[in-house]
Amino acid sequence: MSLLSISGLVASYGKSQALFGVDLTIEAGQVVALMGRNGMGKTTTVRAICRMIGSKGSMVFAGTDIRRLASHQVARLGIGLVPEGRRAFRDLTVRENLIAVSRPGHWDIDKVVALFPRLSERADQLAGSLSGGEQQMLVIGRALVTNPRLLILDEATEGLAPNIRREIWVTVEQLKRESGLSILVIDKSLSELRAVCDRATILERGRSIWSGAMGDLDSEVSHRHLGV
Amino acid sequence: MISEKALNAILMSLLFCVPLWAWVSDEPFTITLATRAVIFALAAVGLNVALGLGGLVSLGHAVFFGIGGYAMGILAFHAQTYSPLMEWPFTISGTKLMPVIWLMAILFSGAAAFIIGLLSLRTTGVYFIMITLAFGQMFFFFAISWPAYGGEDGLSIYIRNSFPGMNTLDPIQFFGICFAILSLVLWLNVRLVKSPFGLALNAARQSSERVEAVGLDPFRLRLIALVISGMICGLAGALFADLNRFVSPTMFSWQMSGELIVFIVLGGLGRTFGPVAGATLFVVLEHALGGIGEYFLFFLGLLLLVVVLFARGGLYGIITGRADR
Repeated sequence: MSLLSISGLVASYGKSQALFGVDLTIEAGQVVALMGRNGMGKTTTVRAICRMIGSKGSMVFAGTDIRRLASHQVARLGIGLVPEGRRAFRDLTVRENLIAVSRPGHWDIDKVVALFPRLSERADQLAGSLSGGEQQMLVIGRALVTNPRLLILDEATEGLAPNIRREIWVTVEQLKRESGLSILVIDKSLSELRAVCDRATILERGRSIWSGAMGDLDSEVSHRHLGV
Repeated sequence: MISEKALNAILMSLLFCVPLWAWVSDEPFTITLATRAVIFALAAVGLNVALGLGGLVSLGHAVFFGIGGYAMGILAFHAQTYSPLMEWPFTISGTKLMPVIWLMAILFSGAAAFIIGLLSLRTTGVYFIMITLAFGQMFFFFAISWPAYGGEDGLSIYIRNSFPGMNTLDPIQFFGICFAILSLVLWLNVRLVKSPFGLALNAARQSSERVEAVGLDPFRLRLIALVISGMICGLAGALFADLNRFVSPTMFSWQMSGELIVFIVLGGLGRTFGPVAGATLFVVLEHALGGIGEYFLFFLGLLLLVVVLFARGGLYGIITGRADR
């Protein structure tokens, strides 16, 4: 049974419909890329999975129908979101950000700090005073200490310096290799996604129009739907 | 500029030493004034859990202060008239024992906070302010129209309630009790702020949505904060009633709720000891400016205006040189 399976997902913001039918499946231990150009519904799909906006269609996570759950209940079931735009709790220190949300399991604060050594130097600094890259690492760490089964990275490398991006991709690979965590990645960079992802789903105008193994995503498909 | 910790220490030692000095030089009125400051500070520390930490601007905290007051009033009234509080299904008689009164004040104000929270925490912003104000007014008018316990005239309690091993009628001893309670609650508050619960509550104030995304229920966090907050205010209300040996519906008034907010803003929003500084300053000003006549509230208003416009960190902001935390 798949860890997450979504079919016929439909969602709108008020009167403007954003999703017209998204199908997405993630198996345990897989890293899946959710791709598509701007405004095609990637973030909306994630927001629907996390129950931050209402939606129609079926959504089953780890055998549980999550369509009626509140946002925090979905998170408790094991979906850890790293939202777009690096949203740490600015008025808490790095350590406090992690303590506030931590739940028992494999990942604890020490392991997160070991994963991102930069955070250990900044442990008692207010999160609002960190650099963009450090905040991104903190937000990934914050999702990890909730011990999710599925980690969602929404544009985790957007607007970061190349060396920081590389560091984050290395971490994603490390997570995949060592912890067997399932990960859903949204990102713009096809070459970097190719390196870490097992499968991909492409969205166009709120519909999933291509799904398959990353290896089958040839230049014709990517050129037609992603413009690269 | 001095550090926040040093300021905390100076504030608490002043609050402790001034009454001690007054006791030595036989000025009981000053001790009573300090006790008043300590009790207001306790109530404001209670509100600060909801307002400073949780970001819940409640204009109805007088409800809990009043419930604490009436818990004392009702229990002591039945004790002094030797009439039972209720006879069916079992007999409950009044009591003059402070610890029992405090426990009842905490329990009932906590229960009220729970029920009010269940209903009002579904709203935010201005609606939350209005709904808590509405609850405050409900309790106020209920107290006014409840003849059994004095109605509009309130209840007078002739002798201050007792605490085992102490003479509570001696101002300095009663001050000691109140100061000890304030110190204990402040210590618990410091622990609370740094606990996972306190951090999560702080995070929920910054962003409800992000807190939900990591699996915490902001509604539940805020409800617990409101209950803790209400309990502390209830305890302060019981002490306030004992200080005056009098309870009246004024304790439920919305002006009372407003004053509690003023204490916090004057002292410095979001700081554990801010409400203590604010309440102390308020009591000192109330006393010093009271001599001017009825217009002293006008000057108090001016001061508040200046603080809000030019010193947003309140007293703590001015003295420590850090506008906000």
